[in-house]
Amino acid sequence: MADRSRCGAPPVDDRAALLPPQLLRLAVIATAAGAFSALFGVGGGTLIVPLLVLWMGYGEREATGTSLAAIVGIAAVGAVAHGLYGNVHLLEGLLIGVPAVGGVIAGTALQQRVPERAVSAVFAALLVASAVVLVV
Amino acid sequence: MEAADVIGAVSIGVAGGMLAGLVGVGGGVLFVPGLVVFLGLAQIDAGATSLVAVVLVGAVGGWRQRSYGNLRLRDGVALALFSPVGVVAGVLVAHAVGERVLELSFAAVQLVMAAQLVRRIASADRPSEASSG
Repeated sequence: MADRSRCGAPPVDDRAALLPPQLLRLAVIATAAGAFSALFGVGGGTLIVPLLVLWMGYGEREATGTSLAAIVGIAAVGAVAHGLYGNVHLLEGLLIGVPAVGGVIAGTALQQRVPERAVSAVFAALLVASAVVLVV
Repeated sequence: MEAADVIGAVSIGVAGGMLAGLVGVGGGVLFVPGLVVFLGLAQIDAGATSLVAVVLVGAVGGWRQRSYGNLRLRDGVALALFSPVGVVAGVLVAHAVGERVLELSFAAVQLVMAAQLVRRIASADRPSEASSG
């Protein structure tokens, strides 16, 4: 986020310094997502997707695909940690999770057929809704 | 567990999965209230239990997106590996400044990102600048 102040600077040749800044940005995004999910109980996808698009130049579809993969790792660690405290109800999790697998297969297929701008528009609405929930 | 509750849970599972596939979030935003309302879980248990569904959704969704050519696996792994830093940092910062300050900060960040996404959409709507005179 500190990088925001440089937004007005002329574009830098990304290839010249590809790895360290890229990795640093990923680390910052992951830290924000981890903090968000730890504190508010839901995944960091609402931060990962827009930051990949706005800050790393991802296409919307790439951002959502990469976010889903990252979320597996983040949620798995959380599930194990909560599981140790006995807070995970496996049957109920599967009762929601198995139908959700059908939903995500349909959702990703549908996403390939809509323009990327539509994905961004839905996401912007989701961000506003999430912000409202946080404030209220 | 009554039939109506099972139908409600299954429906919210499908809806959360659809949302996950469309916009790349885990779906917990729907799973958590679904577990509370339809399956009678306490809030903290619902948050923990929804992670089981999120793991399934992320794994299958990521796999589908990979076959569509929309997955940068190395970046995804890097994000997952760095995120525990955020978990620790978030807890420390929450203790230092209070959760309310964090809530408001996150909300502000989300509104800024929403505005930037909309601005991007608006600028993409404009016809190619090369032809404009």
